[in-house]
Amino acid sequence: MSGLTNSEDLKVVPGEFLTGNVQPLLHEIRHAMGRLLDEGEATVIDLRSIPLAPGEEDRLLRELGRGEVAAHLSALGPSELVESRFPGVWIVTHYNSDSEVIGRFIEVCDMPGLLKAQQDDIRDGLAALEARLACSTDA
Amino acid sequence: MSKDNTLGEILRKQGVSRRGFLKFCAATASLMALPPGMAPVIAQALEKARRPSVIWLSFQECTGCTESLTRSYSPTVEGLIFDAISLDYHHTLMAASGTAAEAAREAAMEQSYGNYILVVDGSIPTRNAGFSTIAGVSNRDMLLDTARGAAAIVAVGTCAAFGGIPHANPNPTGAVSVSDLIKDKPIINVSGCPPIPVVITGVLAHFLTFGAIPDLDSHGRPVAFYGKSIHDRCYRRPFYDRGLFAESFDDEGAKSGWCLYKLGCKGPTTYNACATTKWNEGTSFPIESGHPCLGCSEPDFWDGGGFYKAISTPTEDIGRTAVYAIGGGAAAGLALGAINRAKRNKAEKEHEQVTIDDLEKGD
Repeated sequence: MSGLTNSEDLKVVPGEFLTGNVQPLLHEIRHAMGRLLDEGEATVIDLRSIPLAPGEEDRLLRELGRGEVAAHLSALGPSELVESRFPGVWIVTHYNSDSEVIGRFIEVCDMPGLLKAQQDDIRDGLAALEARLACSTDA
Repeated sequence: MSKDNTLGEILRKQGVSRRGFLKFCAATASLMALPPGMAPVIAQALEKARRPSVIWLSFQECTGCTESLTRSYSPTVEGLIFDAISLDYHHTLMAASGTAAEAAREAAMEQSYGNYILVVDGSIPTRNAGFSTIAGVSNRDMLLDTARGAAAIVAVGTCAAFGGIPHANPNPTGAVSVSDLIKDKPIINVSGCPPIPVVITGVLAHFLTFGAIPDLDSHGRPVAFYGKSIHDRCYRRPFYDRGLFAESFDDEGAKSGWCLYKLGCKGPTTYNACATTKWNEGTSFPIESGHPCLGCSEPDFWDGGGFYKAISTPTEDIGRTAVYAIGGGAAAGLALGAINRAKRNKAEKEHEQVTIDDLEKGD
């Protein structure tokens, strides 16, 4: 977690208005990472619920950076699930069908739940595959 | 679509995957200003929720509230909320008109008596029933009749919640709010001129999810959205705390994004979710666009003493203001405005008729 503790002197970009909420958010993420390691407890932070000045969300995302994993989901519009440069810290962005952001969350967990295949979907998929094979001439 | 279908079944029939449903629930939790950890609870409740009937009545209003809602930006989430309700009557949106429209309202009331949600936008005139009628029925009578079988009433917009602009001084129609007339039903006030669309759908989603009305503040508004002042959540708040204010709309303070308090911002006395939920696809809100908050979600905001006067400024005598402005050699535009105000004031006293042309004249 050295990357987080070393970011005390976040660069202030001229012209950006500041709420000062980026630094506390990074500390919240640091605590959440500790909880995930020690107790296995996941944390979700809704960025919509926190006042951020223009440019501050971008600063937060720049601080978190991009790590090894990036996944795209297509369900009710696209979603992007990107692991930050701090393993276990995921940036989850949901878009609607017009590609407008409808929610952005920081998830501190092993893997966001949305990436897992869901039982209902597997059941539907199995039925679809069985139907496909039943119709197939070479089945 | 049958009212007996649950939301889970409806979405499944529309080809929405479980993953899509979970995404919908995460966005809905955010929409309802609930902690993200509530998403699984919402998923469980919404899956079993059945489509409630909604009757929407519009009285003395400008249709801005309906515009706000129908132009909301996330069809995949808010559209689904609307798929999840049965909007049985809304005379602006429904295809039917006249007798057929009124028959639809009466049928919806009969079929879902005691269970439907009544949404109202607009204030209700009490001075003369003829000021606003629908199909020959006065707004007051239609409200009282329709409210009788409602499970809950959502007063959408400041007009329905507090009387709004029709209620502003001198209130020529005797406009009142829904809660002035209805005393025996749960009423949720979703104020704002117009209200934020996601707040409207968030309230409906809450009712759909939990089958109960959300926690309300002293003005009957959902605490989740109206619990904090604009000022408390404003990104310009640090400038207020440091005493850095814009003094005019084009000074260095304004260009540097300093606090708009001295330009009349009503953020400190206004409770709403604009600063975090924002408008226009989450792009910004008035203060972010450089304009003070007008306080539109508060009662009597139109009579608050001037949109561009700081809250701390006492409401001064207009006649004296005119003298000071001219005597001090103020800019021509300001003097002109003051003279016009003085003229209007004089006209009011003498009961003269003043036309737009009179007000636009410089002398």
